[in-house]
Amino acid sequence: MKILVPIKRVADPDNANKVKVSADGSRVTSEGLEQKVNPFDEYAVEAALRLTENGATQSREGEVVVCSVGPKDVAQTIRGALAMGAERGILVDGADDAMDANVIAAVLEKLYAQEKPDLVVLGKQQVDGDSNQVGQILAERLGLPQATFANSIELADGGKACVVGREVDGGVLRVKVGLPAVITVDLRIVGSKAIANGITPATHAYPDAPRYASLKGIMSAKKKPIAEHTIASLGVTEAPRIEYLKFELPPKRAAGVKVESVQELVEKLHSQAKVI
Amino acid sequence: MSYLFESEEHAALRVQARRFAADVIAPHALEWEEKGEFPREVYGATARAGMLGIGYPEDLGGAGGDITHALVAQEELVLAGKSVGTVVGLNSHAIALPPILRLGSPEQQRRFVPPVLAGEKISALAITEPGAGSDVAAIQTRAVLDGDHWVLDGSKIFITSGCRADLVTVAARTGGPGHAGLSLIVVERGTPGFGVGRKLAKMGWWASDTAELTFEDCRVPRENLLGRPGEGFVAIVKNFVSERLHIAGQCVAIAILAHRESVAWARERQAFGKPLAQMQVIRHKLAEMETRIAAARALTSEVATRFTRGEDVPALAAMAKNTATDACSFVCDQAVQIHGGYGYMRETVVERLYRDARLYPIGGGTREIMNEIIAKSERY
Ligand SMILES: Cc1cc2nc3c(=O)[nH]c(=O)nc-3n(C[C@H](O)[C@H](O)[C@H](O)COP(=O)(O)OP(=O)(O)OC[C@H]3O[C@@H](n4cnc5c(N)ncnc54)[C@H](O)[C@@H]3O)c2cc1C
Repeated sequence: MKILVPIKRVADPDNANKVKVSADGSRVTSEGLEQKVNPFDEYAVEAALRLTENGATQSREGEVVVCSVGPKDVAQTIRGALAMGAERGILVDGADDAMDANVIAAVLEKLYAQEKPDLVVLGKQQVDGDSNQVGQILAERLGLPQATFANSIELADGGKACVVGREVDGGVLRVKVGLPAVITVDLRIVGSKAIANGITPATHAYPDAPRYASLKGIMSAKKKPIAEHTIASLGVTEAPRIEYLKFELPPKRAAGVKVESVQELVEKLHSQAKVI
Repeated sequence: MSYLFESEEHAALRVQARRFAADVIAPHALEWEEKGEFPREVYGATARAGMLGIGYPEDLGGAGGDITHALVAQEELVLAGKSVGTVVGLNSHAIALPPILRLGSPEQQRRFVPPVLAGEKISALAITEPGAGSDVAAIQTRAVLDGDHWVLDGSKIFITSGCRADLVTVAARTGGPGHAGLSLIVVERGTPGFGVGRKLAKMGWWASDTAELTFEDCRVPRENLLGRPGEGFVAIVKNFVSERLHIAGQCVAIAILAHRESVAWARERQAFGKPLAQMQVIRHKLAEMETRIAAARALTSEVATRFTRGEDVPALAAMAKNTATDACSFVCDQAVQIHGGYGYMRETVVERLYRDARLYPIGGGTREIMNEIIAKSERY
């Protein structure tokens, strides 16, 4: 099985409160913040690796190709996924602000045509823009079945289909998609038993998190190939359709007040907040 | 700042070590330090994250790499985990295993090393005795050959991870007086006559246990001797460079952590209507701390680089240890000062680091012994 996993780097989500709006309000700046792989994308890499290996013997049974669109330094992000175990990388050079979900999906469409994977596995959304669109637009453009927000993936029909679980209110929705297909993953996809590929024994329990890259993995990642393209060289002519007009911070909230008693609270809710 | 020797590979390793320590160690740092112990399972978790075997050969279950990788991983474990005791406890194999790798037969290596690097067994090195510390050649623990066994008698003190160790690399006297009579023998837990006397209460490094060990008519299989009788001292001494580099690296890491905590505090804490960080006296303190750290890092980096190139650097390693321990002690002292009364309180990280720091001019060879090594090597 061959899986294409698009990944992107984002400003360190643990320091999201340090993201600033530029003085003219035209953009969000994350200068000085460490760049990390988008967490949902890391889950996608982990899911793809689990789908293509024997987890018990740690032997590779398929191929994971990781791609990223962005400035040249996203090579480091790709290397991170290669260090976890992915086989190859593809870097598509492009400035961050010349892209929206539509352009990315157009790029991925071209890469899909080149690579012909059995699956495209993506994170459900980026934690910076939170737009949650690329997977869906890509599936539509390719005319492929899609399963979004996956919390489990089980290979079925002798590898010709996937049964994908998705958490919904009050339960889990299970959909079956024929391959090739596009799947976007949610946090629980890295649960210890979330992936069943028919190779890893059912008794095998993974840790509840993406794997750590071993030093050996890190060293061998340097030798793994990363092919380079540009948006233009792939023949993508799409321009962004979304224009950001203005960013502004939410208004500062006034400090709260402490109340001494329930009576006082009720009184204030009535007379000041006017909610009861 | 990072070590000058670092490559992209080291940077990637830092990310892994940081994530591991933030997830597994940091949430329990205070609890484990106060309890004087971290759970045994942490060894396994550390091994699975690929952090225990750094610098050890892959065919023995190691992760490959060399001391430069070990220094970088260890630094992140300290910085993100914030429990020095846990990190040094996890690291006791860094002194216990090298003699096995240096002197041990392939069979001994296969028997002793992989379970330790997999986090299944805990190892310790026992050299120091109640009557012999700096003066290693004065060791009194005896080992006498009786049929197929070495019979050990004596006691050891201040042994890191000794309370829980499954295998202990023990220095014992198999021959006459002086260093030529010393040998190294691996004693396994459960050997009759091998006992853990006391868990010692100490100033810092609380999460790491420190033990008194006793050997009374302790019969150890003959095949547990490492190398030939009398080869012990040289093996111990040969290990000093890497041990001292590890210690220097720990000191750099502790000092950076204390400095970071101090910068954050100085920016936040207000006095006389402004943050401490806006007072020149405090800013200069922070600058001086940073300078000492940079100097310690630079020397450690240089010695580590020479060491990985194969140079013999005992005196330089001693200089790096002294430079880094002194930087660490200075920085931690200033850190407590900047924190004021809060710095004296147990829940403050720098209070703990201040106590941890005091070990370093003593453990792994005292400052005075380092100076002896330097003086001898320079033939003053
Ligand atoms: C927390 C902790 C963990 C430890 N872990 C281990 C371990 O895992 N395994 C192990 O074997 N040991 C361990 N040690 C022991 C440590 O290596 C010794 O404490 C150290 O080598 C000093 O020996 P000593 O304590 O006997 O001091 P002594 O040798 O008695 O020295 C006392 C003082 O005299 C000075 N002095 C001694 N000789 C000279 C000289 N020739 N010239 C000038 N000054 C001199 C020393 O520098 C020191 O200031 C540990 C110690 C501690 C505190």
